[in-house]
Amino acid sequence: MGGPDRPGHDDHNERREMLTMIVKRLAMAIPSLIGVVVVTFLLTRALPGDPAVYFAGPAATPQAIQQVRVNLGLDKPLIEQFGRYVVDLAHGNLGTSLTTGQPVATELRNRLPASAELTLLGLIVSIVIAVPLGIVAATKPNSLIDQACRVISTAGVSLPVFFTGLILVYVFYYLLGWAPAPLGRLDVFYTEPPHVTGFYLIDSLIAGDPGTFMASLKQLILPALTLAIFSLAPITRMTRASMLAVLSSDFVRTARASGLSAYTVIITYAFRNAMLPVITTLGMVFSFLLGANVLVEKVFAWPGIGSYAVEALLASDFAPVQGFVLTMAVMYVMLNLLIDILYGLIDPRVRLEA
Amino acid sequence: MTDLAASPRQESSLTALVRHSRYVLGENPVTGFAFALFVLIVLAAVFGPHIVPYDPLASDTSEALKPPSLQHWFGTDQLGRDVFSRVVVATRLDFFIAVASVALVFLMGGLAGVAAGFFGGWTDRIVGRIADTIMAFPLFVLAMGIVAALGNTVQNIVLATAIVNFPLYARIARAEANIRREAGFVEAARLSGNSDWRILTFQILPNVFPILVVQMSLTMGYAILNAAGLSFIGLGVRPPTPEWGIMVAEGAQFIVSGEWWNAFFPGAALMVAVFCFNLLGDGLRDMVDPRRRT
Repeated sequence: MGGPDRPGHDDHNERREMLTMIVKRLAMAIPSLIGVVVVTFLLTRALPGDPAVYFAGPAATPQAIQQVRVNLGLDKPLIEQFGRYVVDLAHGNLGTSLTTGQPVATELRNRLPASAELTLLGLIVSIVIAVPLGIVAATKPNSLIDQACRVISTAGVSLPVFFTGLILVYVFYYLLGWAPAPLGRLDVFYTEPPHVTGFYLIDSLIAGDPGTFMASLKQLILPALTLAIFSLAPITRMTRASMLAVLSSDFVRTARASGLSAYTVIITYAFRNAMLPVITTLGMVFSFLLGANVLVEKVFAWPGIGSYAVEALLASDFAPVQGFVLTMAVMYVMLNLLIDILYGLIDPRVRLEA
Repeated sequence: MTDLAASPRQESSLTALVRHSRYVLGENPVTGFAFALFVLIVLAAVFGPHIVPYDPLASDTSEALKPPSLQHWFGTDQLGRDVFSRVVVATRLDFFIAVASVALVFLMGGLAGVAAGFFGGWTDRIVGRIADTIMAFPLFVLAMGIVAALGNTVQNIVLATAIVNFPLYARIARAEANIRREAGFVEAARLSGNSDWRILTFQILPNVFPILVVQMSLTMGYAILNAAGLSFIGLGVRPPTPEWGIMVAEGAQFIVSGEWWNAFFPGAALMVAVFCFNLLGDGLRDMVDPRRRT
């Protein structure tokens, strides 16, 4: 199970293996990206009726529709339209929103940090709770904590994420008054910190403004907690299952028999090996998180890309929706790529297979 | 002697099934509980509109936003409609969406996966590529895009939920068909002169179906959550139709002013339904494959 120490396997070779692995993973992401672009293109062509009418919006005149048709190249053959779409994408052009009149790419870029900050904080909170919980559950099977762990992983996947969010708002805002109103990233009394990363928590620290930091943290806690509760279940379940498998393996038994302390056995020997399947699960967790993000943003009026897409959907404004789906899919492919590469860096066996 | 040997065989397969089910439920009371809940949900879906105390669409503004009471068990909403009646009546629509989408993906994914696993080659490559492309999207986001593109209707919610689950079914069916392709009974059927299609229909499919049925009950919960999520953001079901997702969305605006019952009860109904399907799915999986018990 442990990493093999092969003699004559020098640093140079290892680095080359790692590079080969990374290049191969990158190559594997390309078909996914092509698929994503084709599907987002086809989605616009699958619109019932005339896409030009759809893109021109509900209140367009026939002239305006004709104008849109020519502008979008909808009078051209399908393959040429696809070519145009790809060229536009290569120039970072995702079309223009009807309701705001702004380029979709710009709005997505402006709103992305809000979504990213929320999702990442939710994931971090979730990992901080789920991993220790899974480890304790696995080391003491059928104990009270193990039972609690089982209840959490079944209940967690049953909770509609928007429902969890609303309950948290009711309890912590209305009943207890601990949390601020669920209305966006920052209370109206504060001004947003100067833009560096777009993450208010980090930007306010850079600007040396603890007041704004606390204010944005307060706004973040409930939505991040909602996402954390949502992703708690798969991570806990996977940590527990993976720890159980590793703890019953030969090398752990040997380590125990050699008289190593329980801490060394569990953390140094078992935990490091058990983390590998958990990292793979993160890919699936991200798929759920990015979707759940849309719902959480709606509940907390969070000005991220999810609520941007939802507003556009309701206004039958299709370009932002298309841009949003594409952005999310590309991010998801990249995250999976990152997870795979990370996995390869941690586990030498994966590198050798590549 | 002959009587003794014959008696177990005389027992019909139905009684055997009932006996086995009773044994399994006795071993696993949680599954029994989930099954009772399931029956309750089905009853509400079938008889809901006939047994509720109020018309789910009748508004009465003088009774608007009243907290739960003896007259209105779950309170009334902003138009004075009875929340209890609406929650019960909504069961049918939510249940229908879940069942329809799961049945659809069972057919699409099951057949495509079995064909891919059995024939291999190009069929396998095409099905695999489609599944990979769908998996490249965060699933809920893809469902949003599909409903937005195809049109804002309940049918398209069903279709979108089926499509995002396609890879799961196709992969399981493919793997199960693939390991049976070279099995003894398939070889025997082939040597007896059966065509590929006949083997597929009469040898492979009946073996793969039970595994997919377990998958169906495991996916039901996700299907309901997905559909309710879509209607929560305003896709598919339109007001004033009673549906859990849209009722939570309508009630959400009253949470900050303390009228919790509007969003709470439909949300709780949703949660109970999903919880029930998940427990039932786990129980079914344990029955079919005890090794995967966690």
